[in-house]
Amino acid sequence: MSVTSDGKEQVLNQPYASAKVERAGNVETSTTSRPDVQQVFGPALAAMPVRPASFTVYFDEGSDELTPQSRGVVARIFAEIARRQAPEVVVIGHTDAVGTMAYNDELSIKRAERMRDELVKLGAAKDRIRMAGRGKREPLIRTPDGAPQPRNRRVEVTVR
Amino acid sequence: MMMRGLLSAVLMVAVFATAAAAVDEVGQIKVSKGNVHIEREGKSLPAPVGAKVRLRDVVVTGADGSAGVTFLDNSLMSVGPGSALAIDRFAFDSTTNQGAFESSLKRGTLSVVSGKIAKQAPDAMKVRTPAAILGVRGTEFVVRTGEKD
Repeated sequence: MSVTSDGKEQVLNQPYASAKVERAGNVETSTTSRPDVQQVFGPALAAMPVRPASFTVYFDEGSDELTPQSRGVVARIFAEIARRQAPEVVVIGHTDAVGTMAYNDELSIKRAERMRDELVKLGAAKDRIRMAGRGKREPLIRTPDGAPQPRNRRVEVTVR
Repeated sequence: MMMRGLLSAVLMVAVFATAAAAVDEVGQIKVSKGNVHIEREGKSLPAPVGAKVRLRDVVVTGADGSAGVTFLDNSLMSVGPGSALAIDRFAFDSTTNQGAFESSLKRGTLSVVSGKIAKQAPDAMKVRTPAAILGVRGTEFVVRTGEKD
């Protein structure tokens, strides 16, 4: 990161690098340590929210059925939601390149809805889940248009 | 024809109102300990877990307070006792991951884990203090604003 004061810039790019600005334009760099940071920032660090977690769930071709291997992931996603305070869930559906744009837009939304319904069935609050479908616009693996690709038939879930 | 013109004008207003409300929410309080509130448009509001943080809010903690916020781009920020953190600017396109995130630590201690905005473009995320501007390039850091020691 960079620290700029009154037009003077210093770059901090090492672990525990630190900068002190006591008056404008005077950026003093040094190195601090984990115990020193803990002493001053302990309460702030203790209040850090749980880090967001991401999951990918795969679907059968042309369908909103989860692949057998992906079914177990649903319970893991729910466990991640359940352990959080005020959880927010973002569910984004995708498809492979087989079929028209309109067909895939609809299919990607159906997959996202299916994912949401599975999580709600386990006990997740529906109003904490936001959904979107991106159709075939954002493949994980680039393919020619019309090509099937199992890894692009997916839903990405972020829990935060 | 006149009726139709009127109707579409009314619908437009409704659409804009919804979009503005959605854009205004930039994050949520996930941790709230001791005295924590949000200053918004001259009012002081309670900030329990789940409270929404909006653009131009100031998250304020008392002498015994600390708070953690998760933002729409997955950035995380937490403040310790006696802090005031203002959200000055937040724009995030969840499709391209591009945006801008600027905040100011008026006083106290701040801990940051940057998210998608900082990852997408260097210096798209900035934290200001009274003495300096911090440009974030995808990292974790802490900031203190206070008297000389």
